Amino acid sequence: MLRPRLLRSWRRRHLGTDADRATFRTLHTAALASPALRAGLTRDSAERAVRHLRTLLGTPAVALTDTAGLLAWDGAGQHHADRVPDLVQQTLERTGTRAFGREDLHCAESGCPARTAVVSPLFVEDRVVGTLQAFAPVSTAGLARATEEVAQWVSGQLELAELDDSRTRLMEAEVRALRAQISPHFVYNSLGAIASFVRTDPDRARELLLEFADFTRYSFRRHGDFTTLAEELRSVERYLLLEQARFGDRLHVTLSIAPEVLPVAVPFLCIQPLVENAVRHGLESVEGGGHIRITARDQDQECLIEVEDNGVGEEPEHVRRVLAGDRSVDSVGLGNVDGRLRAVYGDEYGLVVETAPGAGTKVVVRVPKFHPGVHA
Amino acid sequence: MISDLPGLPGTGAAPGIVAIVLVTVATLALGTYGLRLSRTTSDFMVASRAVGPRMNAAAVSGEYLSAASFLGAAGLLLAFGAEMLWYPVGWTAGYLVLLVLVAAPLRRSGAYTLPDFAEARLGSRAVRRTCALLVVAIGWLYLLPQFQGAGITLASAVGGPGWLGPVVVAVVVLVNVTAGGMRSITLVQAFQYWLKLTALLVPAAVLLVVWWGDGRPGDPASTAATTAWSVPLADGGAQGLYLTYSLIAATFLGTMGLPHVVVRFYTNPDGRAARRTTLLVLVLLGVFYLLPPVYAGLARVYAPGLADSGSDGLVLELPGLVVPGLGGDVLTGMVVGGAFAAFLSTSSGLAIAVAGVLSQDVFTRPFRGTRLSGVAGFRAGAVVAVVVPAGVALTGSGAGVATTVGLAFAVAASTFCPLLVLGIWWRGLTPAGAIAGLLAGGVGSSAAALVTLYTPASDGWSDVLLRQPAAWSAPLALLVMVGVSLATRRTVPAHTNRLMVRLHTPEAVVLDRG
Repeated sequence: MLRPRLLRSWRRRHLGTDADRATFRTLHTAALASPALRAGLTRDSAERAVRHLRTLLGTPAVALTDTAGLLAWDGAGQHHADRVPDLVQQTLERTGTRAFGREDLHCAESGCPARTAVVSPLFVEDRVVGTLQAFAPVSTAGLARATEEVAQWVSGQLELAELDDSRTRLMEAEVRALRAQISPHFVYNSLGAIASFVRTDPDRARELLLEFADFTRYSFRRHGDFTTLAEELRSVERYLLLEQARFGDRLHVTLSIAPEVLPVAVPFLCIQPLVENAVRHGLESVEGGGHIRITARDQDQECLIEVEDNGVGEEPEHVRRVLAGDRSVDSVGLGNVDGRLRAVYGDEYGLVVETAPGAGTKVVVRVPKFHPGVHA
Repeated sequence: MISDLPGLPGTGAAPGIVAIVLVTVATLALGTYGLRLSRTTSDFMVASRAVGPRMNAAAVSGEYLSAASFLGAAGLLLAFGAEMLWYPVGWTAGYLVLLVLVAAPLRRSGAYTLPDFAEARLGSRAVRRTCALLVVAIGWLYLLPQFQGAGITLASAVGGPGWLGPVVVAVVVLVNVTAGGMRSITLVQAFQYWLKLTALLVPAAVLLVVWWGDGRPGDPASTAATTAWSVPLADGGAQGLYLTYSLIAATFLGTMGLPHVVVRFYTNPDGRAARRTTLLVLVLLGVFYLLPPVYAGLARVYAPGLADSGSDGLVLELPGLVVPGLGGDVLTGMVVGGAFAAFLSTSSGLAIAVAGVLSQDVFTRPFRGTRLSGVAGFRAGAVVAVVVPAGVALTGSGAGVATTVGLAFAVAASTFCPLLVLGIWWRGLTPAGAIAGLLAGGVGSSAAALVTLYTPASDGWSDVLLRQPAAWSAPLALLVMVGVSLATRRTVPAHTNRLMVRLHTPEAVVLDRG
């Protein structure tokens, strides 16, 4: 007699009261449904989430729909599926949760547990995107309340999904902006430099013009988020050739490349902006002109790329702000590359910047040779 | 050990030590030269040109030709006869299978290591971890004979107790791999191939000239013994036939599962280059493997006694036995240097491959809230990767160098071969099927390997089946993989079709590989 009570008191202390545990269970079920819903409202995500939503509501059947018709059904009474679009239509006519009784569902099958329905709309930013439908033998006020609450929670998850989506779109827009950013200055100055060779050295002018054409073709290409390091470096080389045509002896460049890492897939335009920064900083240094060193090393499962200049350097605090995403400072390239590297490979692969005023700048990019889903 | 034999002419320590020092210095010097440097704009474009198939093929061959090829093959041929030719044949033909079935799609998958391929193909961390485990097992099993072989080389060239060789060698590899960074540079490995070829080719040519000058003497053994020696099947009727076929299966299918070979294919810029590289590897290995039979044949003539007194040292001893005086010393120095290069390149490559997998899948994972950085993780991985097989080599198992290598091939053929072939050519492979097949083949073949290493040989069928497991364990793994995949058909990864398009479409074809 004593032991069950002891056990119960032990459980009470350690796992909480019955009410606590019911809460935990509910939260756990919600957590199971949430990853699917965070992918947005599609047939696939609905099918994965609807089972958990039915557990949450405790009804014989639950359906998830978009504004046109059924996405997924879980539980008994599948023969009602063809009535679903109709229920959606009627719910969309007036906003708010609606209950449908036996007379609305016209069920001919005996023993069907889905004779009544509660339908609650799902919102994303005040726009109806679908409905949550709970079917039960009799609809009660409790069920209506529960359905509405669950529908609101689902709406919250879908809004987060929308947020993820817009974040991805923003990232894509940034890459596009980066491409468009191949700055007007650079185009103008390169053409100017080429023009200066047209009479004195027509062959060189022609070569430079072809390099310029190749450079722009690469930078403006539309497809693919990734490229090989070889391609990216080739574009960097073209860029440097054009800059050297303009600055001549004021710009010294050293490349040392381990040929083993050339096939590594890297995010498109992840080195180019760093080199552009280095050239700008390097040329700002007063005596002797700028010296830029680009190194690519093979480090077993990773590839290490360093872009170094002997320029004026920067306040570490300033760089920190750039990498933290502060848009008021003017070094868009650095922050953008950092953000994209982190988005693709995870936080431990962010840029490493070593700099101090007067001491030059070294930017280190680390890229794994293989990462799921990354290919040039 | 050969050096204990009395009356060997000119086998002082000097030529061996000089050769070993030269090889080490050349390797380290080339290692520092691995980056391509350009300061003037005119060679910018050269700096970012990919490694060509010729260079790459030499590097693959350099990393691949181990102590077993350099020392073991000739020794086995001398001791057991022409049936052992299947080792060099299989070690070469493995690349034919690799060329036809695996090379290009593997490159197109973008995978660097074998676990990478498993993850890319099946999208499952569990399969990845199983593969990592197997890479470590195969790596250790392959490192073990390298240390054994190095022990033989050092004992033969320098003298000293048997434990000295593995210890010195393990320390050199460990220092090379950890302190020098990841020294598996293409240029160094390509150099090692040409070094090994020269070290074997020049003495062989000299020996052949001497043999010709002696009036081309034949085998001193009886005609019957020579005929038996030249039969390309193992003795013992059905058992011999089984052993031979199993050896063929292991070597033909195992090459594609060797961790240090696979990572080399990543250096190819595309699938087409991967195929060309493999084709050239076939040529380079074909040339190299012509030489061990020459040594074995000449040893039949000049030193038949070597067959009984430890044939693994044959290549090292023969030049000194045939050519007396300074000439013999120089030739001995060459083969010692070549043997040293053989163990250095292969065991460094293997240690790096094993350490890489250990650091990525074991040491840099968070453990009780702390986690090692990349470099520290790699070093920890390298220590474990080298110390374990070196320790086993010290405890000394009875199996010969080539036998242990054969077991490493058998495990690779029973695990990664089915995974790669089915993964590349069959859409129905599922994560569960892959794991089940890998476990079936891996447990079966490595249990057989352990039994072979630690129990004395006997004549029963059970012992024969364990000594050469590949003929049953590879089909077993394949069947289990297919069977379990069919049973779990619903879990075929969603991205399979898209990935298959990418694996099998040449890069030049314009299409959305999304």
